[in-house]
Amino acid sequence: MTLSAFDADRAYRLHEQVALRPEPFGALAYHYGNRRLNFLRAKELVTLVESLDDHESVRAAFDAAEINPRRWPSFEKALASLAASDFLVPEESVAA
Amino acid sequence: MTLTSGLQITEPRPDNLVLSPVKQSGLANQMKAGLDAPICLTWELTYACNLQCVHCLSSSGRRDPRELTTEECEAVIDELQRMQVFYINIGGGEPTIRKDFWHLVDYAVSHGVGVKFSTNGSGIDAAVAKQLAESDYVDVQISIDGADAETNDHVRGEGSFATAVQAMEHLKDAGFEGFKISVVMTRHNIPQVDEFKAMADRYGAQLRLTRFRPSGRGADSWEELHPTDQQQRELYHWLMDRPDVLTGDSFFHLSALGEALPGLNLCGAGRVVCLIDPVGDVYACPFVLHDEFLAGSVRDEGGFQKVWQESELFTELREPQSAGACASCGHFDACQGGCMAAKFFTGIPLDGPDPECVLGHGEEAMDSVARASVSTDHSRTKVVLGAKPVT
Amino acid sequence: MEPTELIDETPVDTVETDEAELVEEELLVEEISIDGMCGVY
Repeated sequence: MTLSAFDADRAYRLHEQVALRPEPFGALAYHYGNRRLNFLRAKELVTLVESLDDHESVRAAFDAAEINPRRWPSFEKALASLAASDFLVPEESVAA
Repeated sequence: MTLTSGLQITEPRPDNLVLSPVKQSGLANQMKAGLDAPICLTWELTYACNLQCVHCLSSSGRRDPRELTTEECEAVIDELQRMQVFYINIGGGEPTIRKDFWHLVDYAVSHGVGVKFSTNGSGIDAAVAKQLAESDYVDVQISIDGADAETNDHVRGEGSFATAVQAMEHLKDAGFEGFKISVVMTRHNIPQVDEFKAMADRYGAQLRLTRFRPSGRGADSWEELHPTDQQQRELYHWLMDRPDVLTGDSFFHLSALGEALPGLNLCGAGRVVCLIDPVGDVYACPFVLHDEFLAGSVRDEGGFQKVWQESELFTELREPQSAGACASCGHFDACQGGCMAAKFFTGIPLDGPDPECVLGHGEEAMDSVARASVSTDHSRTKVVLGAKPVT
Repeated sequence: MEPTELIDETPVDTVETDEAELVEEELLVEEISIDGMCGVY
């Protein structure tokens, strides 16, 4: 588990041991490594999470997703909690 | 013996108390409507068992000759993989008795399905423990029913405590952290909760306490063994104080006592979980092995998926349930009317109160009802509490 | 766009003006223990 605080200006990706299962309410996410289970309660959040590794930062991914910017605090909190339980991990920086 | 607790133990409050706005979260309401696939499920692999625990929920003992073959089991696992079922809880009987048990565990894990198996410990030697410790996706749950041999063996048979502890020693020595120790809470062992916690801590395990239901052989001893009202209240507060103790969400009927315990706090049967039995029958949950709660069979055309998604029983369970006799009670939102297995096997109508309703409504309801008897019984002998235990 | 559910456990601070300067606290991720579903071993 990463010790650093969630940083929306970094790139993150879904941990490879996490299975994301779409549901009518959003998605179920299960981490096979630590056996934790999360309910993602909005379709937009699921789309956002799936798009994270296409962007240089979480913030960029959020902007590209065209979600109402007023919802950013809730989304940031959600992503931070996923990072805190190791569902999202910082993307290693790749040489350009 | 009183439970240690720094909390005041309050009496259930009358209906005019101020409840928190809505006890049931939106999430729970969505779960009640069911999902396209279970989140996890219980799979009893065999009815064969080397023990004859007095209150066995599956009345196990003798192998059923119609057991699923290895190939049939693999086909079910393939389906579960396709449906993205994350996790299966394998039990029985004693699952390690099946010759293909370890093969099936490997098969599940290599097909993306995590496994926790529930065992009395007899199949876990040092070598097995070592292999388990090295596997990432297999969890182990050791069943005991007492914190000492006397209390435990009274229910599970002579020598069963020693066997379980031996397995725990092997797991600890092999470095398996966080295996589960699971206890069914009765009148006799509730006073031992602190000792169970100490045992789990000693072995680096997670403690799991679950509700005793009048299911399987449990029906015969339920009236003598189920917790008293006072014990239920004490247990509730003990659990609230220890969110790291697992419960399998089996005490949601106690949520009427105050804040909800951790978990979904609702009956998951047929909605987010179900049971597959050794002959491939699909039931709503392990506590209702009865024709009334039989949804279908994995051997039917369309397999497990069709049963889960289209069976009449599960479709019915996913419809909004009426509060029935509990409609006028202000606590229904919290307790959801309790456990349908507990009601069914004590003869209370399913829209009636839980037999252990914390407000006492269940006791009233039980006065003039007839109990349902089990449909499936694989016991080897008649098992009676108080008789000399037989292994 | 699908409406997002408000969860009762989360304090909801809703400040409305004419042009809906609406600030909602949504709980978009909820963790439940894999052991937290009733009806499994």
